[in-house]
Amino acid sequence: MHSGYLDDLGTVLGQYDVLAAFWVNIQLTVYAGIIALVLGTLLALMRISPVPSLRWAGSTYVTLLRNTPLTIIIVFFVLGMWGQLGFTLGPDFPTNFFRLSVLGLAVYHAAFVCEAIRSGVNTVPRGQAEAARAIGLGFWPTARLVILPQAFRGAVAPLGNVLIALIKNSTVAAAGSVAEASGLMREMIENSSSVILGIFLVFALGFVVIVVPVGLATTALSRRWAVAR
Amino acid sequence: MADLEVQTDPSTRSVGDPLVVLEHVDKHFGELHVLQDVNLTVHRGEVVVVIGPSGSGKSTLCRTINRLETIDSGTITIDGTPLPEEGRALARLRADVGMVFQSFNLFAHRSVLDNVTLGPRKVKGASRSQAREQATALLERVGVANQADKLPAQLSGGQQQRVAIARALAMDPQVMLFDEPTSALDPEMINEVLDVMVSLAEQGMTMIVVTHEMGFARRAAHRVVFMDGGQIVEEADPETFFTAPRSARARDFLSKILTH
Ligand SMILES: Nc1ncnc2c1ncn2[C@@H]1O[C@H](COP(=O)(O)OP(=O)(O)OP(=O)(O)O)[C@@H](O)[C@H]1O
Ligand SMILES: [Mg+2]
Repeated sequence: MHSGYLDDLGTVLGQYDVLAAFWVNIQLTVYAGIIALVLGTLLALMRISPVPSLRWAGSTYVTLLRNTPLTIIIVFFVLGMWGQLGFTLGPDFPTNFFRLSVLGLAVYHAAFVCEAIRSGVNTVPRGQAEAARAIGLGFWPTARLVILPQAFRGAVAPLGNVLIALIKNSTVAAAGSVAEASGLMREMIENSSSVILGIFLVFALGFVVIVVPVGLATTALSRRWAVAR
Repeated sequence: MADLEVQTDPSTRSVGDPLVVLEHVDKHFGELHVLQDVNLTVHRGEVVVVIGPSGSGKSTLCRTINRLETIDSGTITIDGTPLPEEGRALARLRADVGMVFQSFNLFAHRSVLDNVTLGPRKVKGASRSQAREQATALLERVGVANQADKLPAQLSGGQQQRVAIARALAMDPQVMLFDEPTSALDPEMINEVLDVMVSLAEQGMTMIVVTHEMGFARRAAHRVVFMDGGQIVEEADPETFFTAPRSARARDFLSKILTH
């Protein structure tokens, strides 16, 4: 490394909007996370429901999605759904690609959310559901009022892990032509190969700065929210 | 065995029409024949104690009465109506049959008060204030009104079990099932729960109680039902059963629980 390495790196970084690219990853994460949480909760409910066909549908979904590489899912949504089937979710290309990628990230991570919530359900003793049924609550009220609130609180740590994975996996949206951080990194490296290491470190550090607080927060919350038995 | 100071004579309390009727009930768990041609009639206002060795099917019997367990054959009726298979009708029936578990099973994430108001609000459609008023009265009745805002885990076992009784009573059940309500309790807490149960019995509640507390049986039960190997082997009033059991199996069982 020559003496002006940091200056060169600084110049390169000044030519691009790195923060805006990271902001795209955060947006991908937030939208996909919310959808994945809702969808994953529904899947978890299906998997614990007394209806065999719902259980089957839930577990089939999880098996399929969990075992498909995320890149393929994103490419399917962006190129397959849009390119081939003409499925659009936005007025212009960037919006459309962004939303399709959000959807791809969401359906993939919903499978992991489902499994995290199911592990939370397993922390709820059988007797809780029996007591709820014994006072006349049906399956859905029992799930909503008794099981899920406790399951979520028992699933904070695994859900935190899914969120961390989602933050990192949001870079796969680059495969769906979304201008996010990892795509920008590649572009910068291609154009300024002399400061590859520096660029790499900046982006790696960016993700560490986002991910580490999430990990700390979910660990703290999982302790705070643990159900006392 | 708990010492019970007050003696009330169950024979002075009258019983009414048949309320819970089991006829030829059979149930298997896989190969295991847990309930074998069980016939049992419990009348309105009657207190029946179910006793028997571990694994004899007492819990299963209790749980079939509110259909937490299904049965293979036979019939169970409550107040003349057969147990519904599922759905709303079953939920309504369960509201009519209160159940108290060995391990309390209070909703761990909800306050004591919420535990008692949840059923009336969500099942019976009571208003928040209505349910609250009733719950406060019930918690008063079982002696834990001052704990209303705590979480279950902050209460002693005896207090938790009394809250569980209040929770079941809040649904205005026609019959109460108790599955070994004091076996998970420290000895010094057994009486506070039994006292609540005895006063319920005195107020004419129909009760089916799985327990080995002979003091309770003597003090409150009209009848003792002895189960062994999935069958009802013997039925008698408590005094007769404990002093002069007819079957060899009951004598054998009593000799075991009486030696310690
Ligand atoms: N869900 C189940 N699946 C399989 N076997 C079961 C199940 N529940 C109970 N059993 C078996 O059925 C038999 C009767 O059980 P049950 O719990 O009714 O006995 P119990 O008389 O209540 O015994 P205890 O005094 O130990 O509570 C036992 O052999 C038990 O192992
Ligand atoms: Mg039992």
